[in-house]
Amino acid sequence: MTMHTLSVLVENKPGVLARVSGLFSRRGFNIGSLAVGETENPDVSRITIVVNAESSPLEQVTKQLNKLVNVIKIVELDPQVSVARELLLVKVRADRSARGQVLETVNVFRARVVDVAPETLTIEATGTPDKLAALLRDLEVFGIKEMVQSGTVAIGRGSRSITAGPALRAA
Amino acid sequence: MTRPTPETLANSARRARAAAEPLRDVDRPRGAATPTVPAVRTPAPAPAHVSGAGSLVRSLEALGVEVIFGIPGGSILPAYDPLYDSTVRHILVRHEQGAGHAATGYAQATGRVGVCVATSGPGATNLVTPIADAHMDSVPLVAITGQVARPSIGTDAFQEADIQGITLPITKHNFLVQSAEELPRVLAEAFHLAATGRPGPVLVDIPKDVLQASTVFAWPPTLDLPGYRPTLHPHGKQIREAARLMAIARRPVLYVGGGVLKAGATDGLRRLAELTGIPVVTTLMALGAFPDSHPQHLGMTGMHGTVAAVYGLQKADLIIALGARFDDRVTGKLDSFAPDASVVHADIDPAEIGKNRHADVPIVGDARHVIDELVGAVTTEQSAGHRPDLDDWWSQLQELRKRYPLGYDEPADGTLSPQYVLSRLGEIVGPEAVYVAGVGQHQMWASQFISYEKPCTWLNSGGLGTMGYAVPAAMGAKVGRPETVVWGIDGDGCFQMTSQELATCALEGIPVKIAVINNGNLGMVRQWQTLFYGERYSNTDLGTHKHRIPDFVKLAEALGCVGLRCETAEDVDQTIEAAMSINDAPVVIDFVVGKDAMVWPMVAAGTSNDEIMFARGVRPVFDEDEV
Repeated sequence: MTMHTLSVLVENKPGVLARVSGLFSRRGFNIGSLAVGETENPDVSRITIVVNAESSPLEQVTKQLNKLVNVIKIVELDPQVSVARELLLVKVRADRSARGQVLETVNVFRARVVDVAPETLTIEATGTPDKLAALLRDLEVFGIKEMVQSGTVAIGRGSRSITAGPALRAA
Repeated sequence: MTRPTPETLANSARRARAAAEPLRDVDRPRGAATPTVPAVRTPAPAPAHVSGAGSLVRSLEALGVEVIFGIPGGSILPAYDPLYDSTVRHILVRHEQGAGHAATGYAQATGRVGVCVATSGPGATNLVTPIADAHMDSVPLVAITGQVARPSIGTDAFQEADIQGITLPITKHNFLVQSAEELPRVLAEAFHLAATGRPGPVLVDIPKDVLQASTVFAWPPTLDLPGYRPTLHPHGKQIREAARLMAIARRPVLYVGGGVLKAGATDGLRRLAELTGIPVVTTLMALGAFPDSHPQHLGMTGMHGTVAAVYGLQKADLIIALGARFDDRVTGKLDSFAPDASVVHADIDPAEIGKNRHADVPIVGDARHVIDELVGAVTTEQSAGHRPDLDDWWSQLQELRKRYPLGYDEPADGTLSPQYVLSRLGEIVGPEAVYVAGVGQHQMWASQFISYEKPCTWLNSGGLGTMGYAVPAAMGAKVGRPETVVWGIDGDGCFQMTSQELATCALEGIPVKIAVINNGNLGMVRQWQTLFYGERYSNTDLGTHKHRIPDFVKLAEALGCVGLRCETAEDVDQTIEAAMSINDAPVVIDFVVGKDAMVWPMVAAGTSNDEIMFARGVRPVFDEDEV
């Protein structure tokens, strides 16, 4: 199974996310992760979906997505020429004895401490899924009390924009 | 035998009132083909102050709607007030499922958008089956439902159902109207979506307070569908590649689906077929797209297709699929389907191409444009001297046709043969009529033993296989084409699911004719029990023979129809002729037929088309050396 990252531009209307996610479960496609947010155009939202699929089912995924009336445009982002990031918030056990080592790990991964409590530190990190997995592996030895992770968001490198173009006239 | 008045007094009074009040300020073109973008068809009247309900009804008028099928109820009630004065005819059905199938039958018979209306909650959920049916068969349908008032949405209010959520997977698109101002635009979009591209059902859910709000009606609205751009014109390069393959194929087949009918491409199809000499097979949905009597027509393909048609596809070296979707009933076991064939797949829906079977030449476009351009490209190939020799192929197919024609054995127990009834019906009624079948054995026999020569003369529930489709769909077809004879062909099982709509037909003056092929059983299920479950007939005997419950003649009369019964072959012709002579009331014929007749040929579900059975225990002999 290979992971593919799809950027799906949709009309910013109620129920669109349900249409997209419903389509995936109905057609038996697997979602690796999903993230939604507004774009520079408030009438357009952008859904980043990481799909677990071989190339032929992936073609079905994009074709079926394209049939949704609220879907304006779909672009598959090539990992070679795009930037993909996830956000991680993790609460790590860090008492006086371990705190120094935890902070060292935070620095190595260029993460940040966003909350401090006597027994724990809460750490914010962004990065590729690989980097965040490595960070978590290193933090595990201290004891992870709680964590939350976002879906991947991704954007193409270079000056070209997928939101430019006549199809994206104000909805 | 009593004859009901075709129209009640209330009805005629209402229509007289509507006629005396020609205050319509919008032009309502009638009888046009599929509604296109309304903006180009109607002049802009001065905006008028109306209720949301008024805006809904005036939008329907502006869209050229002539008839809607529905039942009022609490949430949709405001809409029924302006409807009372409208030129839009409302047909009051007995069950919302009837409204949905009637709108579908209307749409399939006329090519126009069919409209059904229901209230919130149970009214809306009763539309689910016909909406799913229209979705599977790509029927242009607009379903309008009432919803509880906006402040009550999400509170589990009385008669609340999230019909938008429920119908997400079975509509082309659906709307929950958020304000009365949106109504004209949403309705125009709904009709546009339903009728264009690959047609399909669109649901418009309207909260009661939106119907009650005051608003301004202005027409035409501007459509706002930035994500909807169906591809109508095929890519020239793909067309040329298809024509090139057609010029070198030795065993080509034109595999024709319902898309050809929907695109109005039947004349073009005939030109293409005759130009190339390629054999034609049609799907169940495409009967009538190519004349059954045409010498190049091998017949219907699929689970109960002719041996020649199934074999033709299976052994082809080139399949040219036009508006068809390689459905499992056509391909049989997919892995072993047409192993030697290259595939040219033309469809207006890109998602159908490559979904089930890899396409070597994918063509996205409207079947009419695709076929017209193929005719041009093939002509170019032919003028360059590229014309394949199909003589060997044809002689194989002709041999199969001769050896394995459609046929049946007379029942050994002396009962009336259902196939005989349907052959006689087709002979006597002729190819001008519209035939509307339910689902099961009678449907397959109707597809096999009646000749379809013209487009839109065969309506049925193909994809969803909805028992109960025939009576209401026949009603809708008759409303859409009142000058045409419309025969519903139903089984005794199907008929009992929706026969109550005959009351609607009787009261509204819709003289359909229904042939009930009554074998006393859920016949197709029984056939499978015979073949695959050791003749253990679990729950398939309906008692319609044994106990004559219900008595279909009495039932027909109770519903305001003429009821006739036929139990012997000698009576078949005169009973059909008697039904044909009655034009002022619906007629039901109870054809009491034997229960052991089976549908042949058959490719058992999940098996390869190579394993087609010509009759029970009889496998056709294919001379593999010939191909």
